[in-house]
Parts: sequence; C-alpha cells; structure tokens
Amino acid sequence: MRELIIHGSYLVGAALFIFGIKRMSRVRTALRGNQLAAIGMLLAVIGTLVALGSINYLWIIMGLVVGGGIGAVAAKKVEMTSMPEMVALFNGLGGAASFLVALSVYFAMPEMPDWIKERTLSSHPMGGATTGVALVLSLLVGGVTLTGSLIAFAKLSGKMKGAPIILPARHAINLGSFAATLVLGAIAVFGTDCGGFMTGLLMVVILALALALGVLLVIPIGGADMPVVISLLNSYSGIAASMTGFVLLGGGAASQGALMLIVCGALVGAAGIILTGLMCKAMNRSLLNVLAGGFGDTGSSGGGGKEEYGPVRSLSPEEGAMLLDGAQQVIIVPGYGLAVAQAQHAIAELDALLEKRGTSVKYAVHPVAGRMPGHMNVLLAEANIPYEKLYDMDDINGEFKNTQVAIIVGANDVVNPAAIKDPKSPIAGMPILNSHEAQNVIVIKRSLSPGYAGIKNELFEYPNASLMFMDAKAAVQGLVKELKDL
Amino acid sequence: MLIIGLYVFVLALFLGVEVITKVPPTLHTPLMSGANAISGITIVGALGCATTAAFSGHNIFGFLAIVLATVNCVGGFVVTDRMLRMFGGPAKGKN
Repeated sequence: MRELIIHGSYLVGAALFIFGIKRMSRVRTALRGNQLAAIGMLLAVIGTLVALGSINYLWIIMGLVVGGGIGAVAAKKVEMTSMPEMVALFNGLGGAASFLVALSVYFAMPEMPDWIKERTLSSHPMGGATTGVALVLSLLVGGVTLTGSLIAFAKLSGKMKGAPIILPARHAINLGSFAATLVLGAIAVFGTDCGGFMTGLLMVVILALALALGVLLVIPIGGADMPVVISLLNSYSGIAASMTGFVLLGGGAASQGALMLIVCGALVGAAGIILTGLMCKAMNRSLLNVLAGGFGDTGSSGGGGKEEYGPVRSLSPEEGAMLLDGAQQVIIVPGYGLAVAQAQHAIAELDALLEKRGTSVKYAVHPVAGRMPGHMNVLLAEANIPYEKLYDMDDINGEFKNTQVAIIVGANDVVNPAAIKDPKSPIAGMPILNSHEAQNVIVIKRSLSPGYAGIKNELFEYPNASLMFMDAKAAVQGLVKELKDL
Repeated sequence: MLIIGLYVFVLALFLGVEVITKVPPTLHTPLMSGANAISGITIVGALGCATTAAFSGHNIFGFLAIVLATVNCVGGFVVTDRMLRMFGGPAKGKN
C-alpha cells in the first residue's frame, strides 16, 4: 500500500509536469499549466516524505520552511523589470541543489564509495561505475550552472558590467579545465588505488573546477547575448537534476524518486534546448559563435573612425506628436532601452491616447529584444498592454509599408537594415524588423552610440528617420504631453 | 536499473522536445521560469539527504540542498504565476 502511494504520487506528479508544460505553450492555458506543474511538485514531495517513513524531520522541515519563505518572498517582491536576473538566480540555485544532493549522497557512503566496492567485487556487470560517473557529471553540470547563472545574474542586474571580459587564451583555459575535470573524474571513478579520502578530495577538486568553468564560460559573453545564455543554463539545470537522478539510482533513502529526477530534468533540459535554438536562430548565429563570446568587442573599440554618422535629423517631442497626429497605424518597436528606462507604463499611456484618437497601435517584438527570451512581452504585459497587440517579426514585417510612423524605443541592432543590405556587415543575415519601410521612423535613443554589435546603424541616416535624443521614458512622456496639447 | 534510467532519460528528452516545440514568444519567459521551477525536482533527492538529526556532512549538504531546491521551486512557480496573470490582460488584472 505504501509503495502504491509513493509510486502513484510520483507517476501522477510526472504526468502533471508533462501536461503542465504542454499547456504552458498556449497563452490561454498557460496559467493552469503552471498550477498543474506546481501540484505535480507537491505530489512528488509528499510521495518522497511517505517513502522516507519514520525518520528525523528536523533538517527537512527547517530546509522547507527557510527555502519556501525565501522563494515566496523573493518571487512576490521582484519587479517585472528585474525578471531576467531573478530567473537567472533561481536557475543557479537549482543547479547548486543538484550537486549538493550528489555530494550529500557521497558523504553518506561509509568510508569507501559504494561504486568502488561494486567495481572491485565486479558483482554488478553493468551498473558498477555508473553512480560514480553520474556523480562526477552532476558536480560538473551543477557547478557550471551555479556560477554561470550567478555571473549572468550579476551582469543582468548591473552589479557587473555587461561588456564581454576577454581573457587571453580563454578557449585554451576553458578546454583545459573541462578536460581536467573529465580526467580527474575518470581517475576518481575508475582509478584502481583510490581510497575513500582520495576520491573525496578529487570530488572537491572537480567541483571547484566546475565552479571556475561556469565563471569562465559566461564572462566573455556580452549582455545582449544573455537570452541565449539564460536558456542554455536553464537547460543545464535540468540536465544536472537528471544526473543527480542517476546518482540516486545507485541506492540511498530517496532512490525511489530517482526516475522522477531523470524525467523532469530531461523535460527541463529539452525546454532549455528549444529556447536556446530559437534565440540563436533569431540572431542568425550558431550556438558555438555565441558561446565563444566577445561579440561586438572589436567593433566598438576600433571602428570609431570610419563608422561616423553623416547628418541625422533630430526631433523634438512636439514635432514627433505632429507626425503621430492623424496617423492610421503606428508600430512600436521595443528594445532593451525600454527596460532600462522602465518606459512600459509611459508606452501604455501613449498607446491609449493614440487609440482614442483613432490610430491603431501595434508592437513589433524581435525574438532577442531585451535580455531574456520574451523579455519585452513580460514588460508590456505588466503595463496591461494586451498580448494580441504584440506581433512576431514574421507576422508584422509586411505591415511596416502601410504604417505612417514606426517608433523605435531603445532598440538598435534588430532594426539595422545593414543586416539585409550589406553582406559584409557583422550582423549580415540576421533577421531584422523592417521598420525602415515605414513612412516615418522615430528613433528614441540617448545618443548615437553603437548597439551591442558595435556597428553603426544606417537607419539613422535614412531620409524618413529622425532621432529623439532622450531617455525612453522622458521621450514617450513628452510625446504624450504634446499629443494632448495638439 | 541503469538501463531503465537511460531509457527514461532519452525518451523524456524527446517527449519534452515534442511537447514544447511551438511556443509563442509571449510565453518564452514564463515557459523558461516554469521549466526552471520544475528543475527544482531535485528536492526529491534532497529530502532523502537529511534524514537524521545529526550534525554531519551528509545532513548539512542535504539541508542546503533542500533550502536551495525549495527556493527554486516555490520562487519559480510563484513568479511564473505572477507573470501569467499579467497576460490575462486588463480584464483579469493583477489582483
């Protein structure tokens, strides 16, 4: 009966995760999907507590209370604009939890790890070294997830500069540490004369290397590539959970839940991989190219001389309001600058005002606008802008031609026509929003400084474009004010 | 057991890819943070890692793992819920 409850709750829990994730890919069902997944998690925890039976619950209850309290408060308090770093932070904690479980299982082994006994006794033809291999992989992936996510968190929250930090010979260092981790792992698991202390030491060294590797892998990647990095780290946290599941398969108090970890970890891993692929495709760059880092670094430092701008037109809020007056359709292109200036509520105000005057307002959202997948959608939703007004690149690109005014709020590279016109441009081939096809383009941007790619944006010189050199929020508020006064 | 684990792992990966493939951009962030919360499933392993009252390495790592995994789960689900409620539009509002 007890077995039935345990495995029943695991099975139903896993099914709820799958239903939940499925529902989370449709807007109408997403909220319920998330709740189903949360119920699945609750079932899994209850099943585990039943499986543990009569034990001392001191540490468990303390852990659940402390963790649940921190998690709930942090999640309730966080501003929507801080969402990217929050997700990165939670993600890192998940990775850390995974390798801590693996370490804890290791420390529970009396003197000599079980897998060594099993191997030397060769009583277990297939599974002998699996626990060890899974343990090493759990430390590696979990460690990289933790520090990688922490660096991403620091970059996203502005505690660390977003610009790439390039170490000399970084590829050699990274590959070297990665190889060293694998070699040490192989020694720990397959080495013939490793005692309990020696393998313990190796585990610590492997973890330290993994933690260093996480830092090294993320510091050379610039802020605007963070959507790729976060989705990839998300995938890693899933893989780490799966590997911990394989560790638990080897026995111990929670071995009945091992398959649960493997299944859920794989689901998360898959979700992360899909998002990573989508983000890379939206930038027309390979994953390897993003991970190599340093993108845009050379352009911004060396290209200043020949990238100077010709005459550009600047625009006052009053002139901007005159352009907007009587427009049938306005398309707003949001970018990271909108998030920085927290201009989403001002945008909503402008939107309402324009709609009242009979102008249709749409939003063109580039897949990699902002610092995480879907960043702009979250911000605009916070300002109560209905998601039906937000359009994907492919759905809206044909509409710019019939649009009187395109307003670009803090976006740069994703509207640079060089991507489709200049085959030698560093961003050549990257899909862009064709905002230059609109009759008038208002670019709200604080200065002519280059975007993330470090190149000039020829759109700014186009005859139909004019620039408002202002903070996004101030500029939009200015437009609202002038439009009211017309 | 290992073989079963591998089967389950690979099949679940394919299942995940099949189930998720088409996601509208509006849901990219919630999907990511929701998936992130699910990766807190490692809590199942963590619970089995602090089963006595002793002050041992096993229990300390276990306790820390429980705290972090719980932050990950609870925080992830709550934050996703908050975001998805916003997508309900002005009618449902944020209440």
